[in-house]
Amino acid sequence: MNPVLKRQLFKAGIYLASLVILVITGFPFVFLLINSFKDMPEYLSNIWMLPQKLYVGNYGRVLQPSFLRYFLNSVIVGAGSVFIIVAVSSMISFSFAKMQYRFKNVLYFLIIAGMMIPVHTTLIPTFTLLSGIGLNDSLVGLMGPYVSYNIPISVFILTQFFKEIPKEIEESAIIDGCGPVGIFLRMILPLSGPAISTVVVYTFLSIWNEFINANVLITTTAKKTLPLGIREFYGFQTVNIPAVLTAILVGSLPVILVYFFAQEKVLNGLTQGAVKG
Amino acid sequence: MNTKNKKLLLVLLFVAPALFFYGTFNLIGIARTFYYSFMEWRGISAAKTFIGLGNYATLMQDGMVWNALKNNVILVVVSVFIQLPAALLLALLINTKIKGNKLFRTVFFMPMLLSTVATGIMWLLFYDPNFGLLSILARSMGLEVSTAFLQGSTALPAILFVICWQFIPFYMVIIRAGITNIPEELYEASKIDGANTWRSFLSITLPLLAPTLRSAAILQLVGSLKYFDLFYIMMGGSPNASTELLATYMYKKGFSEFQMGYASAIAMFMFAISFVVACVFLYMTKTKEAQA
Repeated sequence: MNPVLKRQLFKAGIYLASLVILVITGFPFVFLLINSFKDMPEYLSNIWMLPQKLYVGNYGRVLQPSFLRYFLNSVIVGAGSVFIIVAVSSMISFSFAKMQYRFKNVLYFLIIAGMMIPVHTTLIPTFTLLSGIGLNDSLVGLMGPYVSYNIPISVFILTQFFKEIPKEIEESAIIDGCGPVGIFLRMILPLSGPAISTVVVYTFLSIWNEFINANVLITTTAKKTLPLGIREFYGFQTVNIPAVLTAILVGSLPVILVYFFAQEKVLNGLTQGAVKG
Repeated sequence: MNTKNKKLLLVLLFVAPALFFYGTFNLIGIARTFYYSFMEWRGISAAKTFIGLGNYATLMQDGMVWNALKNNVILVVVSVFIQLPAALLLALLINTKIKGNKLFRTVFFMPMLLSTVATGIMWLLFYDPNFGLLSILARSMGLEVSTAFLQGSTALPAILFVICWQFIPFYMVIIRAGITNIPEELYEASKIDGANTWRSFLSITLPLLAPTLRSAAILQLVGSLKYFDLFYIMMGGSPNASTELLATYMYKKGFSEFQMGYASAIAMFMFAISFVVACVFLYMTKTKEAQA
């Protein structure tokens, strides 16, 4: 076969494969969008095409106070947990990277090993503990396991990063009269933007999507997070497929929008978090 | 205060907050599950009675546990032998310099953006035996097939397909990050030496990608052994024998049937398996690295 033809064929094959995968990965999103503007009868008679008339009733059904409440709850739990995670993880990581003390390596290993603990192993004790102090069915209580479970990966990422910050920087700070707390707050933290943003993206997304702890701990509708809320909405509207599709779309919109505006940041956060895990 | 105590206090200041959370929920949590696993304990407020290894003896004879473990192993096999190669292919695909590859890349990543609950419910609707898009598609093509996708022997493959849909893009991103880290000069040099695309894939891309593939594999291994979400959601909270995993079975025993002691034993069993598998895997790859 002549080489030009061969190259053309190879290229055609790549395009064909790309198109097939494009449909498999992208079509569900198009489907969500076009069917969110149909009512159930039109969904049944016209499932593939654009809607005949723009029906916004599904959005009316989804954008109720209860659904907005799920949103708010997820934002509160996510933002609160991520703030605590970054604070406590960067502190202990600073001690691992820049301080000398006994049992440091044992402690570091003990925390990193936490990445391999299945969440189910601690589900029952978390439930009994939080029930015991009256913090089950509460957003504050939910933050406990969320913070704890994200500490290992965060400590891993931050410790690696802190270790690579040159010693000379600390030494010059010590000459200027800085103590360890000053070095941490004024030198290390401001220099660690990339690592901290990785931790923020990774932990926020994992908490935003978390299901099982929330499912066990939260029972009151007004305290449910978005994943529980979507599931509850599905329970109420099982026979109204377009309405549920709309709820899925609306519930996922924040992440989709952030992805389109900061694609590389999101991907970096995800891959770095995962690979280093 | 002398300097030694002062230094100790300083270390404590930095260590204590993280240790408070991690200790309370993870470390003490595991210890308590271990303790509960020796108890006959039905219901949150019920009394606990020490029964020694009773729960573990029950576990060894519980056919559902071994059936669930079998499903977990199937999930591991699908993850490592289907998802990983597919992710590698997709990563290579979006890395070729063709027109529109930015669009392909953006869309290929998109399944990652839905939460597992959203993904599970969306596919539940797609699989709906009467009104789902797959059954409507099958009917409009005149196919006489059963559309009860999530019942019987098709349930497991149907869920495994969704897992692939959700996770292949994730591993594609990881592998692509590994590919972009390979210096371009190596390919140029191999081109000068007369290597074709296939040859340079085998002797440059694959070996330099090995560490990335290894971390992806361990992520999948550990992840598959503790997997829960999609199976629980797509089976409406009560997977049956063909779709039961260790995690869903533990959940069922603990939070539906309130056999907290027995559920704790299953949780410890999962913990032990994950721990051993991860250690063996790390040990094997470490010795490989030492030889290399």
